[in-house]
Amino acid sequence: MRNPAIDPLIESLVRPHSMAELSLKEWDALLPRARATLLLPRLAKLAERYGLIDGVPEVVHRHLITGIELAREQERSLKWELQRLERTLAALNCPVLLLKGAAYVATGLPMADGRLVSDIDIMIPPEALGRAESELLRAGWQFSKMDDYDRRYYLEWMHELPPLRHRQRQTLLDVHHAILPRTSRLRPDISLLWAAAQPLPGARFLTLSPADMLLHCAAHLFQDGDLHWRLRDLFDLHQMMDEFGRQSDFWPVLFTRAKMLDLERPLYYASRYCRRILATEIPAEAASKLERLAPSATARMGMDCVIPQTLIPPEGGPGVSSQGAALFLYMRSHWLRMPPPLLAAHLARKTFKRMREIRQTG
Amino acid sequence: MRIRELTPRALNERLRGEGIGLRWGPFVSQIRIELPELTEPIHRLYADFSLCEEQFRDFRITIRHRGGRAQRAEFVLDNCYALPLFPRAIALGMLEWGLNWCVYNNIHSYLLIHAAVAARDDRAILLTGPPGSGKSTLCAALVGRGWRLLSDELAVIDPRTLDIWPLARPICLKEEAIDLIRENVPAAVFGPAIHGTAKGTIAHMRPPAESVERSNRPARATWIVLPRYDPGFRTGLEPVSSARGMLSLADNAFNYHLLGETAFDALSELVGQCRIARLYNSSLTDALRELEVLTTDAFRPPPQ
Repeated sequence: MRNPAIDPLIESLVRPHSMAELSLKEWDALLPRARATLLLPRLAKLAERYGLIDGVPEVVHRHLITGIELAREQERSLKWELQRLERTLAALNCPVLLLKGAAYVATGLPMADGRLVSDIDIMIPPEALGRAESELLRAGWQFSKMDDYDRRYYLEWMHELPPLRHRQRQTLLDVHHAILPRTSRLRPDISLLWAAAQPLPGARFLTLSPADMLLHCAAHLFQDGDLHWRLRDLFDLHQMMDEFGRQSDFWPVLFTRAKMLDLERPLYYASRYCRRILATEIPAEAASKLERLAPSATARMGMDCVIPQTLIPPEGGPGVSSQGAALFLYMRSHWLRMPPPLLAAHLARKTFKRMREIRQTG
Repeated sequence: MRIRELTPRALNERLRGEGIGLRWGPFVSQIRIELPELTEPIHRLYADFSLCEEQFRDFRITIRHRGGRAQRAEFVLDNCYALPLFPRAIALGMLEWGLNWCVYNNIHSYLLIHAAVAARDDRAILLTGPPGSGKSTLCAALVGRGWRLLSDELAVIDPRTLDIWPLARPICLKEEAIDLIRENVPAAVFGPAIHGTAKGTIAHMRPPAESVERSNRPARATWIVLPRYDPGFRTGLEPVSSARGMLSLADNAFNYHLLGETAFDALSELVGQCRIARLYNSSLTDALRELEVLTTDAFRPPPQ
């Protein structure tokens, strides 16, 4: 029997069988939250894999079919887009690393099944960046519209070219040369990632090693960006721990890599919230080792207050999220990636810009 | 209970409170509206719809005022996605447009084609083409002559059974088409004229009560018409091959690329069961006569 105290969205992800027991009213509350977290295709694929699709009520069925169609189209178009990119970048004669969603799909990992990939992320060596830019522009990619300030922000302080969009296919592409911004407090040594990268069978691309892939995902979620309703990324981490953890040496390697790459803190948060929210199973030995990576009790309590409610839309329907928690995390992510004077200047600039926009539209 | 049985005041209270549960064909939406000026038009245009208390709602819509004195409003889905702000004066148009947007943005279990659909004896005519080709006008005129309204905007096709599902919501007419239909369909009931939309002045025509009542009943595609409007045309039909007809449907589909092979198979079967024609149209009366010919046995399909 389903435990009524557990959030049905979480329960459906972690124990897909439970979807068979959801009432219409529960589906009614669950589907908007699945859409808001981009998890509808994932849930649909889980329901399909567990043979539940035809057992759900007819009105829910069509939403799950929608999820399956979205997943199918996503996989098809992403694979095709990667072929195009492979051709375009072949001229560079340099290694190209696939990151995040694109890497999961290309390697066929369980996280790929029904995962929406909003943009393709690749990493290339910094010295190839200029040539990559001209090859991509020639192949029909364009920089999205942005003003001079935004462009400078990307080039000088972020770890990527400004986002590219393909003129005809509208695909979004981010070209990185590091996994965290240049200005970030954590400085993972990129050459270590390149050294451990693994070739993708049948393609020119490389992917990160399993441990590095997990650490990158953790860094991206807890260090770099906006956590708002990013339950999907936490679930990626959950599935990686589950899948990669089958290798007996995975956890020891993970700890070594986290230390080498200066990503122990994101690893701590990743495992903490995976366990707390998704009941991820972590071997006892690894769990006790993780405790040694904990930040101060104050920092931990602060994070415990805001992380779960920011990652997960509330059960009463997505609604407007708690603004305070979102603002705290937005400030924190900038704090982590920019030195304070730069941060102050950036936020002032953004606030000013926003106020001007409000005045114009309001 | 039907909306016409509520007083406008009671409807207003519901719209501003919990919202109303509204079923349109296969979909149920919960609609909350914070703009009191929309109550009267909704009361009129949706008079024959029943309020429903379904446990499962496909879409939760809120339309609310935003932006202080600027008189703007927004359309919010699931309490979460907001469409860009729009002038409050066109909110009724945005409600109608937004409900269609909810379907083509969130439903891919159906093949969705940008087409006006009406039916006689559950046999459906699909009028498809780019904006301005006159499909809504023709659809409204057919409905005025007793055809059942399925939709003026979306053909909702089940790719497995090829059933076309009705939405039976108000028909959106633009500019000159408004007066043209007022003249041709004297019994039609209209919502207020809405000025300044992306399509100029628009007004909505209330769906007939029988169309709303039968909106749980699918129809079979039987005729496909590709209308083209130009005052210089001599009104007439021109037979179109299945292949060309299929390309036109694919061009006007919202999710053809997304459904891939499923859509291809469904459309090839669908065009096989239809008579297909291009309609050159400069006069509504003549065009209706031509459609009468097409939809009776007098029309000879081209050799395939």
